[in-house]
Amino acid sequence: MEINKQQGLIVSVSPHISSEETVPRIMWTVSISLLPALVMGIYYFGPKALYVTALCIIGSLLSEWFVQKVAGKEITLADGSAFLTGLLLGLNMPSTVPFYIPLVAAFVSVGITKQLFGGLGYNIFNPALIGRAFALITWTRAMTTWSVPDAAFLTVNAKTTATPLGILKEEGMGKLIEVFGDKLSLYKELLVGHRPGSLGETSMIAILIGAAFLVYRRYISLRIPLSFLATVALGVWIFGGKEGLFTGDPIVHLLSGGLMLGAFYMATDYVTCPTVSRGQILFGIGCGFLTILIRLKAGYPEGVMFAILIMNCFAPLIDRNFRTSVFGAKKAKK
Amino acid sequence: MSTFTLGGIHPPEHKDLACGAAIEVCKPPQRAVIPLSQHIGAPCKSLVEVGQRVVAGQLIGNPEGFVSAPVHSSIAGKVTSIEAFPAPIGRMVPCVVIENDKSDEWVALEDDPGYMEREADVLKGRIKAAGIVGMGGATFPTVVKLSPPKEKKIDAIIINGAECEPYLTSDHRVMLESPKEVVEGLKILMKVLGLDRGYIGIEENKQDAIAKIKEAASNYKNIEVWTLVTKYPQGAEKMLIKSILNREVPAGGLPMDVGVVVQNVGTAYAIYEACRLGKPLMERVVSVTGPGVVSPKNLRARIGTPVSQLIETCGGLKGGAVKVISGGPMMGFAIYDLDTPVTKGTSGIVAMEDKDIVHRTKFNHCIRCGRCVEACPMGLMPLMLSVYSEKGLYADAKDYQLFDCFECGSCTYVCPSKRPIVQQIRLAKTMVKPG
Repeated sequence: MEINKQQGLIVSVSPHISSEETVPRIMWTVSISLLPALVMGIYYFGPKALYVTALCIIGSLLSEWFVQKVAGKEITLADGSAFLTGLLLGLNMPSTVPFYIPLVAAFVSVGITKQLFGGLGYNIFNPALIGRAFALITWTRAMTTWSVPDAAFLTVNAKTTATPLGILKEEGMGKLIEVFGDKLSLYKELLVGHRPGSLGETSMIAILIGAAFLVYRRYISLRIPLSFLATVALGVWIFGGKEGLFTGDPIVHLLSGGLMLGAFYMATDYVTCPTVSRGQILFGIGCGFLTILIRLKAGYPEGVMFAILIMNCFAPLIDRNFRTSVFGAKKAKK
Repeated sequence: MSTFTLGGIHPPEHKDLACGAAIEVCKPPQRAVIPLSQHIGAPCKSLVEVGQRVVAGQLIGNPEGFVSAPVHSSIAGKVTSIEAFPAPIGRMVPCVVIENDKSDEWVALEDDPGYMEREADVLKGRIKAAGIVGMGGATFPTVVKLSPPKEKKIDAIIINGAECEPYLTSDHRVMLESPKEVVEGLKILMKVLGLDRGYIGIEENKQDAIAKIKEAASNYKNIEVWTLVTKYPQGAEKMLIKSILNREVPAGGLPMDVGVVVQNVGTAYAIYEACRLGKPLMERVVSVTGPGVVSPKNLRARIGTPVSQLIETCGGLKGGAVKVISGGPMMGFAIYDLDTPVTKGTSGIVAMEDKDIVHRTKFNHCIRCGRCVEACPMGLMPLMLSVYSEKGLYADAKDYQLFDCFECGSCTYVCPSKRPIVQQIRLAKTMVKPG
C-alpha cells in the first residue's frame, strides 16, 4: 500500500461515479442532428443559405465571447450552446437577408437574451426565437421576402414569392392548391420542403430525421412536440376551414411554416420549457393553441415563434404548479 | 419481470470483475480493530479491559439502548487498547483493538439441528444475541425490525437480493454458494414474525443466483422468488416493496407502515448461522473489486480486518488507484485510511482509478434538462432542491419534499452539468428541521 500512503486517497461524498452525459455533448449532438435540415436548406436555397447560417453562428459566438469578456466571466464557447443557438437562428432566417440582419439578430439572441440574463440556464426566453422576433419586427420586409426554392444551385435568384401559409391567409386554400397543381403534389412538396420559407424549416423529412435521432438518444421526449402538433392539427381541423366547423386541412398546417422545427427543436429547449411531464404536455398544448390563434385570427401568417415565446413566460409558473407526484405522498382527497 | 415505477438509472454494472470469483476465506488479521458502534443507534459499552484475553465470538460490547446491537470479538488474543479509529463512514469511533495470538480459539458453538422447532421468541433472542444488523450497508439492528409496535401489523417479509450497486457481488456469491442457508434464514424470519408468506427479490443480471435460490426454495410453496429489472436503486427498501408487493411506503414512513419487513441476503445468512449454530456476527462476505484492484475477489473476512489486508489478499492496488470506497460507488463512503476496519455493514471495498470517478470542485448552471426529475425514484424535483440549496434558500427546498430524498444519488449521476445535487440536498437537510 506504499504508493497510496504517499499520495493519499481522494475522499469525497457519494456518488462516486457519473454518467458520460455532459452539456457540451448534448449541445453538439443537437447541432449535428440539425445537419440534414441545413443541407436541405442549402439544396433548395443555394449557397446563400449557408452564408446566412454561418453569419448567425459567427455572430452568436462573437456575442457570447464579447459579453463574457466584458462581464469578466469564464468564456464558455466550447460548450456548444452559442453555436447551437446560432445554427437554430440561421435555420429560421430567409436566405435572402442582408448580412447585418443575421449579425444583429445573433447579438440579440446570445448577447442579450442569454448572456445578459445570466448565461446558459438562466435565460427566460428561447434565445434564437427572440433574435428572430427582433429581426422580424425591425426588418419586417427583409424578413418576409422569400425566394423561390428551385434547387438551382448557383443561380442568383431574385424571384420572390409568398409562403404557403401566406397564400393560405391572403388568398385561401383554393389558390394554394392552384399554385402547387393539385392537393397531392401540394402535400408532397410540403413534405420534402420544396417551398418558400425560412431556410431550415421547409424540409419536414430532414427535420424529422434529426428529431428521431434526438428521441432515440433520449435527448428530447415527445411530450411537448406531440401535444403541440396534436393541438394545432385538432384546432385547424375544427376552426380552420372556410366552409364551417370541421372543414380545416390540418395536414397543410402541420407541414407548413416553422411548426416542425419549432415543435421539435424550439419548444423542447431545456432551459425555457417545463421540466415535469404533465407540465410539458400543458406547455405543448399552450404552444399549439397560441399558434392556431395567430395563424387563423391574427395579422401574421405564422405564429409558432410568438406562441413558443409567450409560453416560455409560463414555464416557471407551470413548473411551480404542476409538480411531480411524490412516491408515497398522500393522494389528494376529492 | 417487475420493477418500481418512478425513475431509476442503469449505470454500467461492472459486476463481471468479481461475480465469477468464489468466496475465499481471508486470513484472520494480526490485529483486529473492532468498532463498538457498527450499527445505527446507541454505541456499545466495552465489556473488556486492556490486557484481557478474549476468544473469537466472545461478547466484548454490550448494547446500551433499544436500537443497538452487541459486538463480538472476531479473533482470539489479547486486548491491547481501546481507542478511536476511523470507521468507514469517516467518523472516529471507539474500537477494541485485539492482538491475534494465533490460537483461533472460539467460544463454544452449539449446533441445534432442531432450530425450526424452537419458539419464535427463542429464535429472536438468538438473533439479538448474535448482534445481527442490516448487512446491506444500512446496519439497522435486525431485532428492532423484528419487534414492530403492536399497532403495525406485519404481513410480508422480503429478502433483498437486488444488489443494485455497481461492482458489488457479495450478495450474489452468497446466494449462489449458500442458497439453502439464505432460504432457511427467510424461514426463520417468517417464523419469528408469524408469517406464512415470504419473498426473495433478485435483479435479472444474476440469473445463476435466481436459479439456485429457486431450487432451494422449491420445497416451500409459501416462498416466492421474484426476478426484478436491473435498475438502480432496486435494492432500496421502498423501491423493492413497490416492485414486489406494489405497496408505497408513505412519505416519511417506514416499511412497517405498509406491513413489510425487508432484510438483506447476507443478513438472512447470518440469521441462519445465529439460530442454527449460535454463531455471533463476527465475519462477513466482502467484495473487494473495482478497476483499481489487481485481482478482484469475494472474501469472507473477520470483522475488524483492516481494508489494507483485504486489498493485499487481492494482489494489492494498481498504481492508478486513487479512491477506495467502502460500499458501492453510488452510496458508499470513500475512506481516507486503509487501516479502516471491515464492519458489519461493509458489503464491498471498491478501488477506483482516476478515470472512473468524479471528484470535481467545479460545476455548471442547471440547464433544466429534467434528467434528474426522470431519474428520481421518489418522484422529487432534484433540480429545485439543488438550486435552492445552492442559494441558501433551505426553507424553500423543504417545500419541495426535501426530506423524502433518501440520497440514492441517481440525480447526481445523470446530471449533465455535473452538479453536486445530492450533496446540496444533504447540506439543506442539515440546515432545516424536518417535519
